[in-house]
Amino acid sequence: MNSLSLDAHVEDLLRELAPQVLGATVRRFGDFAASEDAVQEALVAAASQWPREGLPGNPRGWLIQVAARRMTDHLRNELARRRRETVAALQRDQVAPPPDNAESADQDDTLVLFFMCCHPSLTASSAIALTLRAVGGLSTAEIASAFLVPEATMAQRISRAKQTIKASGVPFRLPCADEQAQRLGAVLHVLYLIFSEGYTASSGPHLQRHELSREAIRLARVVHRRLPGDGEVAGLLALMLLTDARRAARTGPSGELIPLTTQDRTLWDQQEISEGVALVAATLSKESIGEYQLQAAIAALHDEAPRVEDTDWPQILALYDLLGRMSDNPMVKLNHAIASAMVHGPSSGLELLKALDTNTRLAGHHRLDAVRAHLFEMAGDDRAAVAHYRAAAGLTTSIPERNYLMTQAARLNDRL
Amino acid sequence: MKYILMMQSPGKRPYAIAAWPKSAIQAHVSFMQTFGKKLSRSGELVAAEGLAGPDQAKVVRAGKDGRPITDGVFPEAKEFLAGYWIVDVDSAERAYEIAAEASAAPGPGGAPLNMPIEVRQVMSGPPDDLL
Repeated sequence: MNSLSLDAHVEDLLRELAPQVLGATVRRFGDFAASEDAVQEALVAAASQWPREGLPGNPRGWLIQVAARRMTDHLRNELARRRRETVAALQRDQVAPPPDNAESADQDDTLVLFFMCCHPSLTASSAIALTLRAVGGLSTAEIASAFLVPEATMAQRISRAKQTIKASGVPFRLPCADEQAQRLGAVLHVLYLIFSEGYTASSGPHLQRHELSREAIRLARVVHRRLPGDGEVAGLLALMLLTDARRAARTGPSGELIPLTTQDRTLWDQQEISEGVALVAATLSKESIGEYQLQAAIAALHDEAPRVEDTDWPQILALYDLLGRMSDNPMVKLNHAIASAMVHGPSSGLELLKALDTNTRLAGHHRLDAVRAHLFEMAGDDRAAVAHYRAAAGLTTSIPERNYLMTQAARLNDRL
Repeated sequence: MKYILMMQSPGKRPYAIAAWPKSAIQAHVSFMQTFGKKLSRSGELVAAEGLAGPDQAKVVRAGKDGRPITDGVFPEAKEFLAGYWIVDVDSAERAYEIAAEASAAPGPGGAPLNMPIEVRQVMSGPPDDLL
């Protein structure tokens, strides 16, 4: 193996082992925040030593041992500090913990870590940062650069998140069955946010940001392996794959947005599509259907159409109908209007949009204007389309999207 | 979501604070320092800078040969940027809350200045076209 591929191999391995090692360390020492620091130190040591000296015989054991040594040092320092202050009792059981060989606990440990890092007491941005570091094994610097904030800012965010976890006193074990569904929902939401942050990245070095989507897919696979029977986990993984498959076709040479209808479909990643489609097919045959599964099924219908005119819009409309009954997400209603326009004509879509004008979550949102512009254009009312494209351009906070919307308005305005 | 919080200073005069009593200047400066530290500890501060006074500002334009033509500031400008914070927060409401805190920085006599802070979103939000 040459040194470059060894580096890449070590990196993959470390990411894979990070949550297992952290799980083992937290279970043994109890202190999540300190364990997380100790595991980060172990990962950093491995990243510099392994490519140089070769992999140890048991990489997982090596990391656990190094992390445990750091924890022991930490506890000794803590003890010494306390001893200086008072004559504290020796916490011998913490300094010399029993050996841990519970490989079988790995499966649960990783899940418990997910639940912990996506705990409802954390804000979304804190949960994202903590998940990427504790479960994903990314360094603070990597996370900071992916989110385009200074490293010190991200370090503070992570450290506060760990304090919140500590203060909330969440025990390091799986939540009870009742709670588990709800907590899993939070985990999936965090993974979804990480994915879309990377997928729709509008600024910063693109490659680096793309890493976030890849990381979200990798973490979704980790959850899916542990909960293979959960339809929503499979649904989210499928949705990510089916969306990511279009990445190469989604932007032009200078980063401009290309909408689904005009994308070069030969650039779509067929491997991701077939994996996503297989996941959707397997999950739709089960009795309970959730939102991620339906979103994935819709994405699959788009991805399976060789040409835009082959898109199965009636089927997509039926799925949006179902989805609309399950969720009050205004984005779903917008997409429903588009699907309706594709099946029954633009006036049907425009009619559905009228009901959204009073939706408080959509009021002033650029998507409402963008969709309306698109449907007016379909209906041949260029003047109204220009006005709404311009209104949408003024409201979006994404630079590529603003440029796209302004160009659409200009294109129609030129022929008025 | 990133927001820029801009602190405005009226007119093209030197900053008013320069004419305050010593204790008021000290209280104001110490408030701003604590405010900055708090933002940085909460993991929300992306960047912050204070700018040199408007009396030193120049307006620059390219001449025909591309060389800079410098000019004094436009006399009609009523407000000048005195400093800014860029924060990365979970909601617009949180950005407004931070702005209100900065707005209440103490002035002469210790009373809150309640100065205007202009809050604008930084163009960086991704287009949310997935769900």
